[in-house]
Amino acid sequence: MEMETVFERPKTLLPVATHYCPGCGHGIIHRLIAEVIDEFAIREKTVIVAPVGCAVLLYNYFDLDAYEAAHGRAPAIATGCKRVHPELVVFTYQGDGDLAAIGTAEAVHVAARGEKITTIFVNNAVYGMTGGQMAPTTLLGQKTTTTVTGRNAEQAGFPIQVSEMIATLTGAAYVARVSVSNPRNVIQAKKAIRKAFDTQMKGLGYSLVEVLSQCPTNWHMTPVESTKWVDEKMTQYYPLGEFKVPKE
Amino acid sequence: MAGNEAIAEAAVEAGCRCYFGYPITPQNEIGEYMSWRLPQVGGHYLQAESEIAAIYMVFGAAGAGARVMTSSSGPGISLMQEGLSYIAAAELPCVLVNMMRGGPGLGGIQPSQSDYFQATKGGGHGDYHLLVLAPSTAQEAVSLTMLAFDLADKYRNPVMILGDGNIGQMMEPVAFKPAEKHFSANKDWCITGAKDRPRNIVKSLYLDPVVLEKRNLKIAQKMAAAVKNEVRIESYMVDDADVVIAAYGTVARIAKTAIQILREKGVKVGLLRPISLHPFPYQAFSQIADKSEDILVIEMSLGQMIEDVRLAVCGKSQVHFYGRVGGMVPSFEEIIDEVEKVVRRSK
Repeated sequence: MEMETVFERPKTLLPVATHYCPGCGHGIIHRLIAEVIDEFAIREKTVIVAPVGCAVLLYNYFDLDAYEAAHGRAPAIATGCKRVHPELVVFTYQGDGDLAAIGTAEAVHVAARGEKITTIFVNNAVYGMTGGQMAPTTLLGQKTTTTVTGRNAEQAGFPIQVSEMIATLTGAAYVARVSVSNPRNVIQAKKAIRKAFDTQMKGLGYSLVEVLSQCPTNWHMTPVESTKWVDEKMTQYYPLGEFKVPKE
Repeated sequence: MAGNEAIAEAAVEAGCRCYFGYPITPQNEIGEYMSWRLPQVGGHYLQAESEIAAIYMVFGAAGAGARVMTSSSGPGISLMQEGLSYIAAAELPCVLVNMMRGGPGLGGIQPSQSDYFQATKGGGHGDYHLLVLAPSTAQEAVSLTMLAFDLADKYRNPVMILGDGNIGQMMEPVAFKPAEKHFSANKDWCITGAKDRPRNIVKSLYLDPVVLEKRNLKIAQKMAAAVKNEVRIESYMVDDADVVIAAYGTVARIAKTAIQILREKGVKVGLLRPISLHPFPYQAFSQIADKSEDILVIEMSLGQMIEDVRLAVCGKSQVHFYGRVGGMVPSFEEIIDEVEKVVRRSK
């Protein structure tokens, strides 16, 4: 019997297994980006800049021209590429340590310049690849390997709300925070990623989508518990929604 | 034209279409010149938020296939070292200028040659070298800048023009010869969008040690070829010299004045002036050591290039040193005194 294909791998994703842990949000986020690239039919002119962190190997998963950046420097590399090839669609994929700690200067200034690139900012409130240390986005009270009794503001300061901060910059055209913790949020996340790419392609300025993502391994939770933690804990400090939409 | 502006124009003539930088004295004229000149030729000038960002913008543009440059001075070049390691690892061609100022730390803004180690021995982490060219006149800065872009493309490696505040600020007449054919590199590895070809990846991460060792050996092989093909040196009155001065850049110019005066006095003195600092002209120094008993290394540092001279000479001649630091430039009178001291000592 001939069966109709109703669901398949996006063409932009390569047919390989990823190295991500069970329950990790990166796989979902990769897929959403790939679906958007397929839908816009821009695979052949899209460039990805990989971060340092769990997603460092993402050029193994996307069938795109790719840079692998130094820690925090993806926005500067994307800028150099976009200035040479303004016709390309260039996006960075960065974690919370990469974007909100070591690469804060690059992250702020790429937005301030209104650089016509897109950033997918994956916030899982922890350093994943190095084994669960405190991130700039670790919540107060959250236990990590470097805040073993929970993050204490007196000692370690306060978590950074990146979307709210970037949205204050004139050069940022589209800023949204989404999550991939349940099907409804996944659909919203894809819409935001689509708008972010669209903003870039229309030349309206810088676009950033912050994706709250679960890290069961370093949170020491089951995947189900971790999606619940995103919905119940993370979204309290990191509210979902659009912080800036372009004036067209 | 000031040396800095001459370098900027030479870069444009060489086909440089992107400049990313961050202001720092004494090389601001390069960025200022590029800010109005590059848009005239359809290029891009961008003032970055830091030297760190600037060098990664260079990474991005070089990876995208453009002829690209940046410029800075010691403190800024130190910030760029991380990026230079990544650029060398990813085998990206680019040109950078270091107009050296007195260090360490914030130091001062007067000329210096104290970044020789950093420039020639690697600078950042990992096994790599820059190719380093040291002009001693504005005209030579022009020709070496043009050469730098060709070498960068040829070896897919960053090339540094190592000058000092004096070279950058000094006004001299320069001529821009109509560009001969530039080295034309096949850049099929660069990032242009994966259209009608497999995807290209510009990266430096190799988790498999077997593969990473091969990568290192490949980069080392390129450097070995550069060592064979790209050594440049000027010999000045060395044939009959009893004392040979070893100096580069600004110091070499001053040494020539001293040599002319000493020659009138009958002192047989000459100059070996390395133009390429990496690869270093070891052979020329080894050969001169067979003929001359005394080599006097003069630097605006406390003795950095002297280590390469000693390696080359390998004990065959006496190697003497005179250095000024902190932005102090040795005068020709001081150099005359030092040569005469060496002559007296060997009698």
